[in-house]
Amino acid sequence: MNHAGFIIATYGVTFGVIIGLVVYTIKQGRNLSRTVADKDKPWT
Amino acid sequence: MNTETQTFKGVGTPATRLYGLMAIVALGWVFLGGLFFTPEDAVQGDAVRIMYVHVPTAWIAYLAFIVTGVASACWMIGKKHSMGFDRVAGASAEVGVLFMAMTLLSGSLWGRITWGTYWVWDPRLTTTAFLFVTYIGYLAVRGLGGTAQQRARRSSVIALLAVLEIPLVHFSVVLWRSLHQRATVLSPDGDIKMDGIMLFTLLFGVFGFSVLFAWLVSHRQRIMAMQDAQQTTAIDVAVAERLKEAQA
Repeated sequence: MNHAGFIIATYGVTFGVIIGLVVYTIKQGRNLSRTVADKDKPWT
Repeated sequence: MNTETQTFKGVGTPATRLYGLMAIVALGWVFLGGLFFTPEDAVQGDAVRIMYVHVPTAWIAYLAFIVTGVASACWMIGKKHSMGFDRVAGASAEVGVLFMAMTLLSGSLWGRITWGTYWVWDPRLTTTAFLFVTYIGYLAVRGLGGTAQQRARRSSVIALLAVLEIPLVHFSVVLWRSLHQRATVLSPDGDIKMDGIMLFTLLFGVFGFSVLFAWLVSHRQRIMAMQDAQQTTAIDVAVAERLKEAQA
């Protein structure tokens, strides 16, 4: 593969950022759900 | 912390779990297909592999900013001024800014291979950078103090102005002389000059990033709902304490 460094960097950053955001979102949601009353979580 | 019933359930629902699963499958294919299973392009060579993430992230960033604009308009027009619209607008803008950053980065790396430089002040690149900065400003305004209603009022005005930049960005390659190539898949003549597996990977990427966007916005707007509830509870507690102090 030509220009492998640029291509791998693109995929690495894109998928790395996505995985990071997904993990952060799940953790943030779980932590907040412990402190908020069920009436404020209509999706549960 | 309030003392009402609290259960540990997170922000996921069966629907978001389904989106998540679809996103994993589609993006898994984009990763493997884009890197290993698709052929080189006749003109661009291996640099075309960057397009399988660059094009979908750009489209999703546009979509995210349009959703922000529509949700802001719904908040503004709606008689009840439902805060759900404001939270969808905010969540969508957060995701859009992230996708726009990924678009700029992947485009920059593609430009280095194809044009020999990471950046040029080309109409498409410049207007995209301007759009990116505008929505960072939008998020900054959302982060200013005040109540949720104040946040919704000021940010909805900015969202409705900022969304007008999207046609400018999209048509910049037509309006001005640009280094950036014109639309390949959505070309006006309808003639798509792409190999089958390349087109499939690109379109499956658009689908995968779209369901990821739906998943992220669903979760992040629920997180915002809980943050708003926390803030309201904290204000209620503070007011009750001051009243108690005043009566003592």
